[in-house]
Amino acid sequence: MEPQIRTLVDISESQASLSGRADIVLERARWASYIFQRFDKKRTMKIVDAVANVAHSHAGEWAEQVVVETGFGVVSHKKLKNEFTAKPLVDYYREQDLVSMRVKEEKKIVEIPRPAGVIFALIPSTNPISTLNFKIILALITRNSIVISPHPAAKKSCIDAVRILTEAAISSGAPEGAIQVLETPSIPLIEEFMSSPKTNVILATGGTAMVRAAYSSSNPAIGVGPGNAPVFVDSSADIALAANQIVTSKSFDNSVLCTSESNLITLTDVDKPLRKSLKNEGAYICNNNEVVQIRNYLFHPNGFNVEALGRDAVWIARECGIRVPKKTLILVTPINSIGIEEPLAREKLCPVLSFYVANSPKQAIAQSRATLRATGAGHSAVIHSQNERMILDFASRVECYRVVVNASCSLGASGFNTNLAPSFTIGTGFYGRSSLGENLGPQHLIHWTQIAYNSDPSVAFGKFNELSLSLDGPLPRSPSDGVPGSPKSRRVDTTSTSTSFSIDNVNREELRKLIAEELKNVLKK
Amino acid sequence: MSQEKIDFLERSKTFWNPGKTQDWQDMGIDLVIDHREKYYLHDMDGRRLIDVHLNGGTYNLGHRHPELVEVLKAGTSRFDMGNHHFPALARTALAEALAESAPGPELRYTAYGSGGGEAVDIALKTARHATQRRKIVSIIKAYHGHTGLAVKTGDDRFSKLFLSEDTVGEFVQVPFNDLNTMEDALKRRDVAAVIMETIPATYGFPMPEEGYLPSVKQLCERYDTLYIADEVQTGLMRTGELWGCTKYKVQPDIMVTGKGISGGMYPIACVLISEKCSGWLKEDGFGHMSTMGGAELGCVVAMKTLEIVQRPEVRSVVHFISDYIRSGLDEIMEEYSDFFIGIRQHGLIMGLEFSHEQGAKPVMKYLYENGVWAIFSALDPSVLQFKPGLLMTQSECEELLGRVQIGIEQAREEVLGVRNRRSIH
Ligand SMILES: Cc1ncc(COP(=O)(O)O)c(C=O)c1O
Repeated sequence: MEPQIRTLVDISESQASLSGRADIVLERARWASYIFQRFDKKRTMKIVDAVANVAHSHAGEWAEQVVVETGFGVVSHKKLKNEFTAKPLVDYYREQDLVSMRVKEEKKIVEIPRPAGVIFALIPSTNPISTLNFKIILALITRNSIVISPHPAAKKSCIDAVRILTEAAISSGAPEGAIQVLETPSIPLIEEFMSSPKTNVILATGGTAMVRAAYSSSNPAIGVGPGNAPVFVDSSADIALAANQIVTSKSFDNSVLCTSESNLITLTDVDKPLRKSLKNEGAYICNNNEVVQIRNYLFHPNGFNVEALGRDAVWIARECGIRVPKKTLILVTPINSIGIEEPLAREKLCPVLSFYVANSPKQAIAQSRATLRATGAGHSAVIHSQNERMILDFASRVECYRVVVNASCSLGASGFNTNLAPSFTIGTGFYGRSSLGENLGPQHLIHWTQIAYNSDPSVAFGKFNELSLSLDGPLPRSPSDGVPGSPKSRRVDTTSTSTSFSIDNVNREELRKLIAEELKNVLKK
Repeated sequence: MSQEKIDFLERSKTFWNPGKTQDWQDMGIDLVIDHREKYYLHDMDGRRLIDVHLNGGTYNLGHRHPELVEVLKAGTSRFDMGNHHFPALARTALAEALAESAPGPELRYTAYGSGGGEAVDIALKTARHATQRRKIVSIIKAYHGHTGLAVKTGDDRFSKLFLSEDTVGEFVQVPFNDLNTMEDALKRRDVAAVIMETIPATYGFPMPEEGYLPSVKQLCERYDTLYIADEVQTGLMRTGELWGCTKYKVQPDIMVTGKGISGGMYPIACVLISEKCSGWLKEDGFGHMSTMGGAELGCVVAMKTLEIVQRPEVRSVVHFISDYIRSGLDEIMEEYSDFFIGIRQHGLIMGLEFSHEQGAKPVMKYLYENGVWAIFSALDPSVLQFKPGLLMTQSECEELLGRVQIGIEQAREEVLGVRNRRSIH
């Protein structure tokens, strides 16, 4: 008979147990971050690159796993997102040094980067791998530790991926515990992590409830609200191009990106040609009855039907009893109003795009604002137009922090095909009850200690340009005396010493040797 | 000292232990531990101390660890000590958990004592029964407890006092790290067991030389003697591995664990017994009896303790603490190298060596004055036992090192009568 581990007295639901479990994970992360902060740029980037390479090479495999586990999304699109949040993300930030100090000669200021410490990161089910790639790489670039809390619906894929990324990080020199994953995420446990004084910052991407909980946790948090992007096609737009961009974007990964177009708003003179172009691109325009069916299917009295999340257009049409051509990419639902009475004007994380025709640009902009009043404040919007005045008026009136022009919003707002910062955490700013208005980047995960001199021109500034921070790297491994092959204890040689001064010299020499050895070992790996 | 404490110490002398109470006062330690939590002791006069004595690892996880308090409380709604005559749910469950995590697959059975000494007695009796030999070999200055047999394996200071020393030559002691003498003691093939602290604690943690412990085990095998590992202080992750003997690649025939396994919450000690030594458990299972040995509430706490120390996070935190404290101590040693002359270390088991033969006593005193509680080695007072907890935070460790630096500086001043040149590093 084999021995079994049996729990006679189960305390797993108790407060003591929950906080005990959170505490040890966070404490390990804190230790790791303490060591990590001793790393210089070179050592740091070695880890970052190793992790990005592994993430990149697993992009396809993990995309498949997630689609199997969650039952939604498009493998080839997820693969793209997973790749995008690996090597290209690192390359985007490669030249931005967030590790070394910077000297601002003209301001007589020196700035020293101070990593946040321990990041607690929530991962949504919609973009699990890309979000965890993104958050892990941001954490590593800034020498922070990170604890990943996966969405239960994508738990297995996330845990597997984090394990592999962690191995890559550790074997390229990251401190053990720099990346960890919660294997049994439950609401009470997550709350424990969020409210622990050992968590330095929470990165909350996911449902509104979670984001609000993060902000209520008493810890610093960067949480972002939902999207619901209005897309305005005005009379000056290249209609064929606009239709192409909209359909591609809306069908990308079956529309699980929070940046994907949600409400198409156009003008009377564009209505017909736009419908035609949309059809050409693979959109199915629903009739009035079909709109009713889709509305009833997608929106239940208590909200969006999660069954539809990330499903493809044909699947949804079938569920609604609508016959559509097999190659249909998106379903377009014309609506007559945008506001509280029209649920289809809200965020729809599936390839259903509502379609509204306004009488004037003024009305179109007003309805775009109305869209974001329903949901998605502070998030994203798109305009297809050749008219800069129109673009400016639109952008300055809609309450959001990024407006993509003549491009796909899914990919544009998250920086794939614009020069916005590549990001899977889109700051919804003050409009969207967030502390962050731009795309999350590594710069948000550190603060700077500023050394400031008297501004009076007669006071000289220090000579800092020849200096750099003392970044000593990992600590030497402590001895396990008597264990073959382990580092040995050094002892002061009491016989050969006459003055304490020479003892110091002996010690320093030995210390130097030890450090050299340690370095050799690290470099060998 | 408050009047309240003065009065209390009088009562302690009158009703509890006059000698022990007075000895501490003489050494300049007026500690009366009142409230305690995490790695902190609060003296009854309100002073806070960082505990790096931990009663030899009893408080590995800190004082009153919340999960242990919780499981003990929850346990009382179902269990009490239990009836030691009968098959018992908690005793068996803990035995299984121990078998699962034992240093070798043969260590299947667990017998229970209420403390380490009793467990050592059980181990020695078990070895005698299994080999039908009487002799026991232990290490000079070893410490295995003060019960009937255990006390005979240790320093005779504690046995002679009670006229309990070995008089018939059944208990032989040999020096640590000396294989020749060990072999001489075993050669006659009349030794039941060698009992070995993996790292002798009360002796100040002299470290086994490379190959020493495995060679002792080999000698035991050659002369049909059993190897008993006393893991009372070295077990439960202090070395960065659950059992210290595993680090030295020794699979004992019998293993004793105590102190830390209790979580410091409910007394219990355990003897793991391999199949080949388990004869008496079959021949006469009532052979060793102990009403409180393996009390079921103790088992419940011990299972939780075992579970906590085996969490993967704990292992890496232990490594961090070991490396961090070590590099901090190395710096302090460099600064006071005419006084603080060496560090013995295996993970979180550390002995700090001082150049004076009683040097650890003033260090203890000055650490105490600086808010740190660490104890000198009773059997080698030049060495300070230094045992940081398994779950210490970086800031706690940093604070500890800061206080230790000042304490050692002051002790050095007293012992060597010199002021330190403030060196610039
Ligand atoms: C190595 C060792 N073995 C055994 C014991 C005895 O344990 P107890 O005091 O619980 O009887 C001790 C106690 O200090 C010890 O350090």
